[in-house]
Amino acid sequence: MIAARRLVFVSGVVALCAWVLLPIYLIALGALGGRATVYQWPKSFLPTNVSWSAMSAFLEVEGIWHAALNSVIAAALCMVFSIALGAPAGYALARFQFRGQNAYRLLIMLTRAFPLAMLALPLTVSFIKLGLYDTPLGVALVHTALALPFAVLISSSLFMGIPRELEEAAWVFGCSRLEAFRKVVMPLALPGISAAAIFAFVISWNEVFAASVLTVRERTLTAYLLTVLSESPVPFRLAGGLLLIVPSVAFIFAVRRYLFAMWGIANR
Amino acid sequence: MTTAVEPAALPRATPASAARAQWLPYLLLAPSLIFLAVLFALPFLQTLLLSVSDGDKLSLANYAKMATDLNFAPSLRNTFALVLAVVPLQVVLALGMAMMLQKVRVARDIVLWIWTIPLAVSDLAAGLAWFAILNDSGYLNSVLYAVGAIPDQQGLLSYETPVTLFIGIAAAEIWRATAIVLVILVAGVQLIPREYGEAAEVFGATAWQRFLRVTLPLLKPSLQTALILRTVLAFEVFAVVYALGGRNMPVLVGEAYVWQHENQNYGVAAAYAVLVMAVSLAATVVYLRALRVPREQQS
Amino acid sequence: MADIHIDRVAKSFGPVRALEELTLEIADGEFVALLGPSGCGKTTLLRIIAGLETRSGGRIVIGGRDVSDLPARQRGLAMVFQNYAVFPHMTVFENIAFGLRTQRADAERVKRRVGRAAELLHIETYLDRYPAKLSGGQRQRVAVARALAVEPPVLLMDEPLSNLDALLRLEMRAELKAVLRESNTTTIYVTHDQTEAMGLADRIALMHKGRIEQIDTPMAIYRKPGTTFVGSFVGSPPMNFLSVPVEGGRGKLGALSLQAPIGQGTLLAGVRPEDFEIAAPDQGVPIDVVVAEPLGAHTLLTGRYEQQQIRVIAPPDKEVAAGARIGIVPALQRLVWMDPDSGRAIERIAAE
Repeated sequence: MIAARRLVFVSGVVALCAWVLLPIYLIALGALGGRATVYQWPKSFLPTNVSWSAMSAFLEVEGIWHAALNSVIAAALCMVFSIALGAPAGYALARFQFRGQNAYRLLIMLTRAFPLAMLALPLTVSFIKLGLYDTPLGVALVHTALALPFAVLISSSLFMGIPRELEEAAWVFGCSRLEAFRKVVMPLALPGISAAAIFAFVISWNEVFAASVLTVRERTLTAYLLTVLSESPVPFRLAGGLLLIVPSVAFIFAVRRYLFAMWGIANR
Repeated sequence: MTTAVEPAALPRATPASAARAQWLPYLLLAPSLIFLAVLFALPFLQTLLLSVSDGDKLSLANYAKMATDLNFAPSLRNTFALVLAVVPLQVVLALGMAMMLQKVRVARDIVLWIWTIPLAVSDLAAGLAWFAILNDSGYLNSVLYAVGAIPDQQGLLSYETPVTLFIGIAAAEIWRATAIVLVILVAGVQLIPREYGEAAEVFGATAWQRFLRVTLPLLKPSLQTALILRTVLAFEVFAVVYALGGRNMPVLVGEAYVWQHENQNYGVAAAYAVLVMAVSLAATVVYLRALRVPREQQS
Repeated sequence: MADIHIDRVAKSFGPVRALEELTLEIADGEFVALLGPSGCGKTTLLRIIAGLETRSGGRIVIGGRDVSDLPARQRGLAMVFQNYAVFPHMTVFENIAFGLRTQRADAERVKRRVGRAAELLHIETYLDRYPAKLSGGQRQRVAVARALAVEPPVLLMDEPLSNLDALLRLEMRAELKAVLRESNTTTIYVTHDQTEAMGLADRIALMHKGRIEQIDTPMAIYRKPGTTFVGSFVGSPPMNFLSVPVEGGRGKLGALSLQAPIGQGTLLAGVRPEDFEIAAPDQGVPIDVVVAEPLGAHTLLTGRYEQQQIRVIAPPDKEVAAGARIGIVPALQRLVWMDPDSGRAIERIAAE
């Protein structure tokens, strides 16, 4: 009886794993299947004729590399901005008690309950005036608005996890506030801060709507794919999808240890 | 003679070097505040303004244009139908997965990692992955054909098959975005002390009773966060729809995109944006009220 | 080496007064314990001295220098924290060297001083390890070594032993005393544990509700509590306070007639539980024994005398069962008279 129950339970877990993995496996199969697979009917679920041809054809299409580069630039900028703006705020929330603290927290919560990408619409006009329209920098700015609330909450929980006494000990033993931060807080917070940075990178890398609205020629990868989608052949679309998936999954794998700690406290 | 650690009996004031400590937190918050003012508050107001201006004067012409557009009613209907179909299913699924995780003994970390993979997948890429399955010569048709359920390739994502298109989009959304709910809930479950469940067990509660009476109420704050985040994002559904069906199934954000990008009519696009924002905020308010944890119950 | 003048230092958190204007003189090389229950303000006072907390008024002068407005790093002191605050990302060596490094001491001196501090605390074999690999007691030693390595004129300790288990605490207490006697540093030591304060300190400042109730040597605090609070906080079990009606200068306690410091009224007679002699029921103060707890070294009796609870420490060979009626005779030369209204001790007139 117990064994049977255990069997049902384990099959459930396995089925859910399959549910998650199958679409990724199949898009990889389609993207790496080569010519034979494209026109094969019915399709085989086994990687019978793996070939790099569809992928390399995709990568040779004009503009792909440029779009990918734009995506990387925008994501890297978003990462830098989010941490540069968010980490100090997180530190302030974690270490000080001051008037307006709750109002600031509320503002951060509010931004999370808001369809932020929609704000790209009016920004088109201002960005054209400022010369930010159709640049990775402009995209990065809007993506920073998306990632900043997370950066603030995650870094605040990270700093809260570093005992205040460590900093106080550094002060007592002769460090200024800045030195204490550099020698004690920073080294301890660094792994978590990098995780938050990678999170911001992935948010930007994956974002579609704002990137599509704010670019015409200097498209990011997502924006590029979205515009050429309707006139592209199936293998091309699958190759594009796979190219989007692989780096972000790898990044999230790198920060998996922090995922739950980040969310557990960011909830509060 | 107690050995207990003395609790901080009084709130700790800001540390010394007093004058500096007074303005330091504000200095640290200022950059992010200025940024949010420029890239959150300002465009928000601009959107409102843009949606009610017609040339130089104020008018509701944009809203009228939006409401009379052929695609408006279907896009509104489709968006709400998707949210209502997807979000509850995701929460139930994620709750189930979070509970299962507590019982997983072997390779828990691997299972957890696999289940959270979709978190990293772009909605566009998720749509494309499901496109690999659902296109005419895709894997679903192949299976149906192989078992003899269909005579030949069958369109699933076209204009003429709105039901299968809807189901496909819903499946892709559930596949992609359940992970974020799961992560929030697992993080929430980790914050619930084991003793509560054990105490309930000692007093004879069954597993189901423990879930309903202990775990679920204590998970309320996490559920609230997950629901708000998920619902707001679900109203923004766009790329998954485009990747699977192009414009075969109109949705609100997709219409905003079309008005902005193809029709170059920023006013109507802004009207759509205001509508999406209003709906999202309304949903948030509903969740905040419905899942409120009274102050005296907070631990 | 330095003396410390704490001059009318006060602290409020909003409307809450955490420290009343508080004055305390600590001599060069002296070891003073700040003892008191949770929330009495002892940690707040220590943190104000350290420069980790702002004060609402008053001055702090260390070694003749007014440090009141200096940040912690310029006060020239060292501190041992309750949870050790040993830096987890540095080796034991780097932890102990931390204060010397911020002073920009040369490598030679760092090595010498770290070596000596480590030797003093018996951790010289762990110098290459990271704190995560150490036990609580070893981390505690690192924290103390880090403080001693800078050879500070003033050493502050905030409940340094409270996170250790009972046996380790006993061991560390003895060791701390030996180490600190050798270093001859002016030390302020915060604790809520009276045995630590009694065992370590030259003088104890007993704090209660943001004030210093009494400051004196451990034995004087124990023998001559200035207030009922001191008498009941120090000593385990606490001092007994028996209500004594006084008439014509004589107080009546059971069969005893005591010479009282006042002519008329009511007084409290403070007697330590070990300062009773067990006698026959018709002698001294008659009590009904409610509970008898044989504790090995002695037997603790809890009894009643006219609705008042009394605790008596009896020799272990005395067989007294619950329910028995016995007489107890207080050692009069150790009796302390207290005013029941103010809770303060009345200057003793000759007890005989």
